[in-house]
Amino acid sequence: MADEPSTGSALELDHITQVFHTRRGEVRAVDDVSLRLGRGEVLCLVGQSGSGKSTTAKIASGLLHPTAGDVRFDGYSILSRGRESKKRFKEFRRAVQYVHQDPYASLNPTQDVFSILSAPLRRHRLVSSRSEAKERVAELLSQVGLTPPETFLPKFPHQMSGGQRQRIAVARALTVQPRLIIADEATSMLDVSIRIGLLSMLTELRKNLGVGFLYITHDLAMAKYFGREGNIAVMHHGRIVEYGPTLEVIANPQDDYTKALLEAVPEPDPDLARRKREARLAARAAQQSGVPAA
Amino acid sequence: MDDRKQPSGAPEPVLSVRDLVVEYRTGQRPSDPVHRAVDGVSFDLYPGESIALIGESGCGKTTLGLALLRLLPRLGRIASGSITYRKRDGSTVDVLALNESRLRQFRWSEAAMVFQGAMNSFNPVLRIWDQMLDTIRAHDRSMSKKEAWERSAEVLREVELEPERVLKSYPHELSGGMRQRVLIAMSMLLRPQMLILDEPTTALDILTQRAIVDLIHDLHDRLDFAMIFVSHDLAVAAELATRVATMYDGKIVEMGDVRDIFYRPQHEYTRSLINAVPTVTEDRKEVPSHG
Amino acid sequence: MASIVDAGSTNLQAPPPPEQGKEAGAFRLALRALMRSRTGFVGFLVFTGIVLVCFIGPFFTPDNLPSDTSKIYGPASWSHPFGFDSEGRDVFVQVVDGGRTVILVGFLAAAISTTIAVVFGALAAYLGGRVDSIIVTATDIVLTVPSIVLLAVLAAFYRVGSAWALAVILGVLGWPGLLRAVRAQVFSLKEREYVEAARLLDLGTPRIVLREILPNMSSFILMNFVIGMTNAIYAMAGLYLLGLAPMEGSNWGIMINFAWTRGAIFFEGSLGYILGPVLAICILQLSLVTMARSFEEILNPRLRNN
Repeated sequence: MADEPSTGSALELDHITQVFHTRRGEVRAVDDVSLRLGRGEVLCLVGQSGSGKSTTAKIASGLLHPTAGDVRFDGYSILSRGRESKKRFKEFRRAVQYVHQDPYASLNPTQDVFSILSAPLRRHRLVSSRSEAKERVAELLSQVGLTPPETFLPKFPHQMSGGQRQRIAVARALTVQPRLIIADEATSMLDVSIRIGLLSMLTELRKNLGVGFLYITHDLAMAKYFGREGNIAVMHHGRIVEYGPTLEVIANPQDDYTKALLEAVPEPDPDLARRKREARLAARAAQQSGVPAA
Repeated sequence: MDDRKQPSGAPEPVLSVRDLVVEYRTGQRPSDPVHRAVDGVSFDLYPGESIALIGESGCGKTTLGLALLRLLPRLGRIASGSITYRKRDGSTVDVLALNESRLRQFRWSEAAMVFQGAMNSFNPVLRIWDQMLDTIRAHDRSMSKKEAWERSAEVLREVELEPERVLKSYPHELSGGMRQRVLIAMSMLLRPQMLILDEPTTALDILTQRAIVDLIHDLHDRLDFAMIFVSHDLAVAAELATRVATMYDGKIVEMGDVRDIFYRPQHEYTRSLINAVPTVTEDRKEVPSHG
Repeated sequence: MASIVDAGSTNLQAPPPPEQGKEAGAFRLALRALMRSRTGFVGFLVFTGIVLVCFIGPFFTPDNLPSDTSKIYGPASWSHPFGFDSEGRDVFVQVVDGGRTVILVGFLAAAISTTIAVVFGALAAYLGGRVDSIIVTATDIVLTVPSIVLLAVLAAFYRVGSAWALAVILGVLGWPGLLRAVRAQVFSLKEREYVEAARLLDLGTPRIVLREILPNMSSFILMNFVIGMTNAIYAMAGLYLLGLAPMEGSNWGIMINFAWTRGAIFFEGSLGYILGPVLAICILQLSLVTMARSFEEILNPRLRNN
């Protein structure tokens, strides 16, 4: 994490800490986390549940105010008060959008696709008539791979599959022309076979529209697939234990926790799975008998 | 391509399923349409085997698992086909012909199931010991309380949990991984010959997932049971299965030895499923596909 | 983490999910609820029947009932199913005439209390903070006021002019319970991801409350509206019995009051006079309650007879 000037970076988290007060006392959900995401870049935030990654995502999106630390967008802090800051916050609000984990909960069940997608267009005066809205919505649907668009306009969420709903959620995020999309476990509730499809679509969007992505996931294989050209940050107990270019970190993990995570990923390859298992058993046996592992 | 049966000379199958059809009614009224969740499935399960049922959501794999123990919900029914089970003493049982009380005896002592997401469906006000005792009592009234306690402790030790601590705990006092281990232990209480596991690792952290997968593999190696497990995650199938069946739209489209399926898939659908799984390890063999 | 949901891959044809729902509009849902539940449907028919009788029936009844002293507390017969009242007038005709006011007052009172409860309950939950505190405090104050006592005191100082005034008073006293329920619902809906997404898209509070949150409570609101009607009608009957409600015109409440004060309970032949309005109110309430229950079944799938 080199110390570069803030220009060129869209989003910056600077020594963020989030403390929750629960019945069992203080919980440090996020502990001194710093991240930087440049324009059009990909950053994967990997960790297990309880690692603080979702809380970090909420702070990055401005939905949660951190206990300590600063969140900067285009060099300006979004946490400060005052009239100038309010205007900047509004800009930030449009520039950073969110795709949620649960495709069943992220769309309003009482609204059809056209309604869901045209609402932000009309609200922010990005279209001036109903027909223009239809055009723009059709364009968005094509961008997220839902074709032919006309068939989707009158559909309600319950008439679509999980994968289709996630694409609608992405289209909704795109309506306000964001600079950054935070995908919070956006693939975790989808079948494995369609996760790749969704991530490919997001990669296309990144290349065509220059949208950056903060991808939160517990799945290292997904992180490697989506974040090939970007960075990865591994979180554990609220802290970042490893940070660097994705391919490098995965090929040469430095931290023990990262190593454990990599080791834990199941392999869709029977022979390889068997070899790895035998190695694990040998290591455990060696450990137990006090002999250093081969 | 009849890899559903092993070559002759092999032992008799524990389970034989022939042309099984399972339907779901979509509504209460007779005029409501019927959906075929399982559409003519046939296969054999041999002693000591581990068969993975893979496929996307909605392909019928969970329904098939439930049907084998006749655990379908109200709106589901087995429309046709046969399920024949062979007990350890060699006698065969027509599972579809069992009456309620025999079915209850059959379940858990001959074949048991670990349900999807069940680790969140424990009764929150009962201790683990109570739930284990309930399970035993529901299917085998001949065990005394003392024997039940000993058996419960035994199975908990097999899943690497401390019996003294766990039996006295309430479900919320245990982590997700521990609860899943308890469920696996509970399924083994009456030493069934066949275990069905539905998505045993979904909703678990990757580290816990690894532990559970290794545990299931270890149990399957050491103890004497045949296993069918349902998974949408091909990687888990590769780790645990000896044979794999790919399901699509209620039918088995391909079935074979795990290495054949993963290295030489014949069916287009199987190929696309395998190619859709990303991996962290670089030296994984690429699956050849026809242009 | 949650379990896997439906697939829908773009290059593979995913099999269709077995259940198909219909749209989620309030009236469609209500109709579906009524179709599903036989008792609810019967309740709906009975209610429609009562409304038709009470609003169209009066066109067929004589404008002025003759008072026939020879028929005081006369017995019931086929042409006079409820017999005669203390002044020899046909009770059945009075029952037909007397339903309009009761239904309208109930409807209006429920409309007022439901509107107040929904608007302020939703705002309190969504905006939180000081707005919430103020509204909740006001609700608690109104809740602790015993309405019967208040009305008795009011009656002493101010003559409740007409049935409409009564409706307004009942409406203004009836919202606290529902407001708390609405507030609780909105609290939970506020945390839904699609509401969060709407906030992130900066759609604005009015739009979010009106288009994102409330439509997801439409069955709930409808059900509570119907319950509000039953509450208002009960309150009204009680007030008439106690003589605290305006006694002009003729409605079931007034009939009950007259029956009570004119000692109809002491006469053998006057059974019809008491039974008429009481039965009418009970049947009306029952029909409303069964309708409300079938709406509740739609809301809470566990109540369905599955």
